[in-house]
Amino acid sequence: MVSLATPVPAGFTDRHPTAAFLIRRTARMILLLLVLLVLSFAMIHLVPGDPVRAELGPRAPASAVEQRQAELGLDQPLHEQFADYVSGLFTGDLGISSTSKLPVSEVIAERLPDSARLAGIAFVVIMLLSLTIGMGAAVLTKDGRHSGSELAFTTTTGFFATIPEFVLGVALVYFLGVQLQAFPVAYEPGVAAYVLPVAALSIGPIAALSRIVRVETLEVLNADYMRTARSKRLPARLTYLRHALPNLLTSTLTLGGLLLAGLVGGTVLVENVFAWPGLGTTVVESVVAQDYALAQAVMLLLGATVLVINLVVDLILGLVDPRSTIKEL
Amino acid sequence: MSQRGLARAALRTPTGVLALAGVVLLTVLAVVAPMIWGDAARTPDVEHLLEGGSAEHPLGTDNIGRDLLARTLVATRLSLVLAVLTVLVGAGIGVPLGALPTVLGRRSARAAAAVTDLALAYPALLLAIFLGVILGAGPEAAVLALGIASAPAFARLTQTLAASVAGSDYIAAAHVLGLSRRRILFRHVLPNIAEPIILNVTVAIGYALLAMSGLSFLGLGVQAPSYDWGRLLTESLDRIYVAPEAALGPCIAIVVAGLAFNGLGESLAKAASTRTSYARPPAAPAGSRLAATLPVADDVPAADEPVLVVEGLTVTFPTADGAITPVRGISFTVGDGERVGIVGESGSGKSLTALSLARLVPHPGTVSADRVEFLGRELSGVRSTDRDRVLGTSMAMVFQDTTTSLNPALRIGVQLSEVAEVHGELRRSDARRRAVERLRAVRLSGPERRLKQFPHELSGGMRQRVMIAVGLMGEPRLIIADEPTSALDVTVQQQILRLLKEIGDETGASCLLITHDIAVATELCDRILVMYAGRIVEDIDAARLWKGPAHPYTRALLAAVPDLETDRSVELASIPGRPPDVADLPAGCAFAPRCAFATEQCRQEAPPLRIDETDSHRVACWHPQEGSVVTHQARVETEAR
Repeated sequence: MVSLATPVPAGFTDRHPTAAFLIRRTARMILLLLVLLVLSFAMIHLVPGDPVRAELGPRAPASAVEQRQAELGLDQPLHEQFADYVSGLFTGDLGISSTSKLPVSEVIAERLPDSARLAGIAFVVIMLLSLTIGMGAAVLTKDGRHSGSELAFTTTTGFFATIPEFVLGVALVYFLGVQLQAFPVAYEPGVAAYVLPVAALSIGPIAALSRIVRVETLEVLNADYMRTARSKRLPARLTYLRHALPNLLTSTLTLGGLLLAGLVGGTVLVENVFAWPGLGTTVVESVVAQDYALAQAVMLLLGATVLVINLVVDLILGLVDPRSTIKEL
Repeated sequence: MSQRGLARAALRTPTGVLALAGVVLLTVLAVVAPMIWGDAARTPDVEHLLEGGSAEHPLGTDNIGRDLLARTLVATRLSLVLAVLTVLVGAGIGVPLGALPTVLGRRSARAAAAVTDLALAYPALLLAIFLGVILGAGPEAAVLALGIASAPAFARLTQTLAASVAGSDYIAAAHVLGLSRRRILFRHVLPNIAEPIILNVTVAIGYALLAMSGLSFLGLGVQAPSYDWGRLLTESLDRIYVAPEAALGPCIAIVVAGLAFNGLGESLAKAASTRTSYARPPAAPAGSRLAATLPVADDVPAADEPVLVVEGLTVTFPTADGAITPVRGISFTVGDGERVGIVGESGSGKSLTALSLARLVPHPGTVSADRVEFLGRELSGVRSTDRDRVLGTSMAMVFQDTTTSLNPALRIGVQLSEVAEVHGELRRSDARRRAVERLRAVRLSGPERRLKQFPHELSGGMRQRVMIAVGLMGEPRLIIADEPTSALDVTVQQQILRLLKEIGDETGASCLLITHDIAVATELCDRILVMYAGRIVEDIDAARLWKGPAHPYTRALLAAVPDLETDRSVELASIPGRPPDVADLPAGCAFAPRCAFATEQCRQEAPPLRIDETDSHRVACWHPQEGSVVTHQARVETEAR
């Protein structure tokens, strides 16, 4: 035990908690990225048997197999392969896709923007709507008021939160695309094509998140400082937007981070429903067709995206909320 | 409660019943469907290829003429089995990973927690791709991928649960007794965390089923000729224009299964979380409740230019066993510049009185009154912007808990200046200038600097000063302070009381101080209202209080006040008997059960608050007392002899 007479010398963490937190978090992400890098590199070596033989089929001539092996660099010693792999990442040389015979970097460059747009629009829609709906439901059902509305809200959101995005996508295609012919059911240039995929991608998360937002809001509305705010007789707009909303920021950001990471998976499913020419359809095709170079690159890209999102959210949380305990993690 | 009891509790809700029925139906289907419809699902029929719905084939047929309804029903088995396998893999990896740290050393515990954290950072789909590449796309890779992906969640849950069990006394005792770690894990830790984990497994099966369907839908899960619901859905998707009913079967099946498992898990969890809640107090006999809520007409004191006049103020809360009335028709006035203290035990209704004056009683409480006049303006009735302005600028509220009463996410400056901006229609710069002035008025050092600070950067006493400054941003005529010093330490208490007194002197504002401490009230106030069980039992000048109050309850409160001479080694005097239960009040005087002077009249008939022969003293008692109170110290000495 430290005696009271000798003060403990303040460490770096105590003197610069924010800086220490930034450093720790960034170091953690670099570690996670390295794990991802090694896994994606090791993937092709873990395939049982000869991956190139599996890719080209049993009837491919030995010369073709050797040529593809050389293409993938599999004839080199392991450490050189890894060095080539890492340097390739920096020069943009990610190998050649076996299905399309195009450079992997070209395939990704072509497919990524459509996926990113889809996920980005869905993210904004989800955050706006779930905050609005969740806060609205909380204000309506505060202190056990309108128990009928509360039941309707929890039942409806519970239902939509359970339906997976691909089933929802199929249902939307049928009702709004086939029956009403209101929106395109597959990718085409223009805004209209985004309506159904974005809806399929966002309805479930909106339902799930607005439930959480409602509970969080109820807690905030019951806080003593909201009573203080009410005692000031501010207009409702100020009471809710200025006094309640900032206190929802921490949980909203945390949810937003989880949501973005989850959207990476959801986008893959929805893209397949709507024949969307994005990374999601690409990665599924590449796994089924055993196109290793492409699968490897997409996995690395999606994984890195998720990690970067997590880091950014954590950093914002740590900086925005002065009392956040996340710094201690 | 046993597992069976838990299930029974879950079945009390309609959701629980429906969800359990769904799970049972799916399980039965999984067993019998392949036996009954197996042939129909397997047999090709070249005369009915790719048909739409018909009487013979309600959902149509597939590309070699097999009945799609039969295939959907038969697919229940594979869909369910894969989901259960996935959860087994997930729990099989996750639970040991999460339980080990509690019985291993600290270093291993940290390592295991770190592994869990790392794994949680990657989404399930990445693992599915990774394993799909290595093992080839198929159900094995999908089960393993989803299982591994769900393991961190199980590990985290187990870790949390086990950590709470491991900290308990009997685990400590087991360590002392020298039991092996393995034995502790299996005999003590796991049995105690089994139930929440089983709950989680139910929900996890639902999620696994949805996720597996998703992977099969993508072509990364079940491969032809096998089929589950996801695979059936993929096969029907390109025919959605011509035969939408083909997609209907698997869609409904997936949704029903997801709802059933999640619904059951949720109902079980809800049943588990509510069963520890306390039983409601027994309902009071209807007669006593009615008698207790009957209004007793109080004398209304006369006052010159009162700031606040309250007549017949009543606060009622509906409960499951009928309405309770914590404040029962009280009447009082606060004069211009007068400082009035409301004193009472917790539950006496004093805080609700304060909140009802400020129209802040939480729902579902209702406030009624014959008259509540503030600055000559009637406050009861409908809300209006006019009334809001009067309350916002002329009535200031100071609350007890300084850590929670200021908004933690807003700077001090905003919390001060908004009052002036909204009600005083001041420009932002003028409002800020006033905020600095008011912070100076409450003797807060460096007011300009404080505006940019957050509440958590200030001490409790400083925060209470800020709270008072917020009230001063308008032009308050009445400051309502609800236990303003109770959360502060003694020296700070004195500073805040002195500040309230000075503010009153400087601004001429009246003050209504709510406190449980009669000593605090006498320090600040000119007049004391003593509340008991929702009624004012005595209304007395502070100066006269020490000469001897009339009500036995006030006398008892006063006798319990320790002073400097009090021997702290002797237990403080307390009032015998229990504080009253507002849900179950006697017909007569609420204090009668604890009162030494109570007679049959006291027990039968509630005494009204009557003006004493002197002009300002009111007391509600059939047997008012006289003379100064025997102090605590004197009584102790008498008893010692």
